[in-house]
Amino acid sequence: MEFTVQDLIQALLPGAIPAPVGYPLAAILVAFAVLSAFVAPLAGVTSWLERRVWARMQSRVGPNRVGPQGILQWLADGVKNIQKEDIIPASADRKLFLLAPYIVFAGFIGAFVVIPFGSWLIPADLNIGILYLLAITSLAVVGILMAGWSSNNKWSLLGGMRSAAQIVSYEIPAGLSVLTVIFLSGTLSMQGIIQAQGWAPQDWFIFYNPFTLVAFFMFFTSALAEGNRTPFDIPEAESELVAGYVTEYSGMRFLFFFFAEWGNLYVIGAITTTLFLGGWQIPATIFGVTMAEHPLAKGVLEFTVFFVKSYLWVLVAMWIRGTLPRVRVDQLMAMCWKYMVPIAFVCLFGTIVLLVIWPDGNPALSLATLGFTTLVLVYFMWRVVYQIMHSRPELYLKPYV
Amino acid sequence: MSEVITYFQNIKDTVSSIFEGMSITFSHFVRKPSTVQYPDRIAQQVQDTLPLRYRGILEVDMDICTGCLACERVCPINCIAIGIERNAETNQRDFTLFDIDICKCMYCGLCMEACPTGSIRHTQEFEGACNNPAGLVRHFVTENVPLYKPKKGGETETRMIQKVDIGKRYMDEIAEPES
Repeated sequence: MEFTVQDLIQALLPGAIPAPVGYPLAAILVAFAVLSAFVAPLAGVTSWLERRVWARMQSRVGPNRVGPQGILQWLADGVKNIQKEDIIPASADRKLFLLAPYIVFAGFIGAFVVIPFGSWLIPADLNIGILYLLAITSLAVVGILMAGWSSNNKWSLLGGMRSAAQIVSYEIPAGLSVLTVIFLSGTLSMQGIIQAQGWAPQDWFIFYNPFTLVAFFMFFTSALAEGNRTPFDIPEAESELVAGYVTEYSGMRFLFFFFAEWGNLYVIGAITTTLFLGGWQIPATIFGVTMAEHPLAKGVLEFTVFFVKSYLWVLVAMWIRGTLPRVRVDQLMAMCWKYMVPIAFVCLFGTIVLLVIWPDGNPALSLATLGFTTLVLVYFMWRVVYQIMHSRPELYLKPYV
Repeated sequence: MSEVITYFQNIKDTVSSIFEGMSITFSHFVRKPSTVQYPDRIAQQVQDTLPLRYRGILEVDMDICTGCLACERVCPINCIAIGIERNAETNQRDFTLFDIDICKCMYCGLCMEACPTGSIRHTQEFEGACNNPAGLVRHFVTENVPLYKPKKGGETETRMIQKVDIGKRYMDEIAEPES
């Protein structure tokens, strides 16, 4: 994408406009196009899909009236929220209150700069990609704290403070898990990390050795916590804090927070896919067709592979949200500092030790890890079948109701 | 030492309970939702599934109403209004008004118990929503109609025989408190 965008700008840039003005202008236009054509529908459809998935897990139907099967529900919600009054509390810190949603939103949208959708489809392949990602996603905490403080409301402040504590704490296990991957790939660039993996599952970093398998779960859990997702959504725990830091927000500003939250879900999935699941990697030849000879098909296939892999983790996050109850604040902190940080350290050192023994990895160990995971998945499916057979429910396998 | 055991026990408990919980929610994911999508996406109208004794919105069959005013008198909240006038031409008494205010009605069923012919009846209808409360006043008299007088020796018209029969059956089976 970076070459395409460059070419596009140069082709369309009229000679009259000087480059220092034209480039930022074109970059803003491209960003706007990407935002409205990809990110907004993605976050919107995710919000609808999440409500449908939860509903089915709770024997309900979910929104199915707006458009076919309710797929346009997010548009209806958006239009409704735009029409609503933008209420600013009289005693709020006006400037910060107005600014906070944009900071949260910028922190989320900035992550899309380094997400590699394909071997050439990346806005900017920074050589410190993953570091940039950890930094830019932490920007959200500034906005959340700002929202909590400026609302001049005890619920908002408590929510903002909790969120800050949570995100700062969970950065550590997340960072340590990312570090495990960085040791394996030897680079911070997102494309570099993907290129260090292969298309086959045993070449993915998740199955590199047993320690990376655990590191994967550590990373996914901390990413959920950083994204304020259930079971770690204590900043907006409605049973205790009304709506946490968004209590005083209304209309479009309220929507911006949730836009960021649902969009962030995809970012979590995309980072997980990049770091552990081989990203966009596809076989060099499929059914005797050399993919390098068909650049367009290759690009589409890579994008599809990446999107499916990363959206799978969005679905898993929805599934977790439908399963686990919210943890208490003390449980949240205990889990992070007493369990996840030590385990992440163990994973890191275990990987280092194994790297010293086998600098290029051990295929047998990778295959064993893959086999173990497959066995666990098979056992899981058996548990699901057992649950179904145990209660003899009426099955309904169609996705629509 | 026991703390160390507890520590690893906690990790094991977390993993196994999340594993089991996720399998339960996944098994629920493939189950049939129990939601009834009232009012439009249902196999059968709700009215058709209600029992005969269901106390829905009142209806009056004016053809077999004798104008005895028993229902009007027994109604505890005066939601029934009946107007009767003598018709100068036929020298008979006519209904000029028979209104039931569904807004007020509390569905106690006293009126249908008091009715001697079974002409005032509860239906299975319950969807009374409308934009204006005035729309909930049911008018049963559009133009003046004569009061019903039971004929000596029974009805002769088929239509009337049916109507009297329906009223009688309603009285026997539903309106009688003892039945």
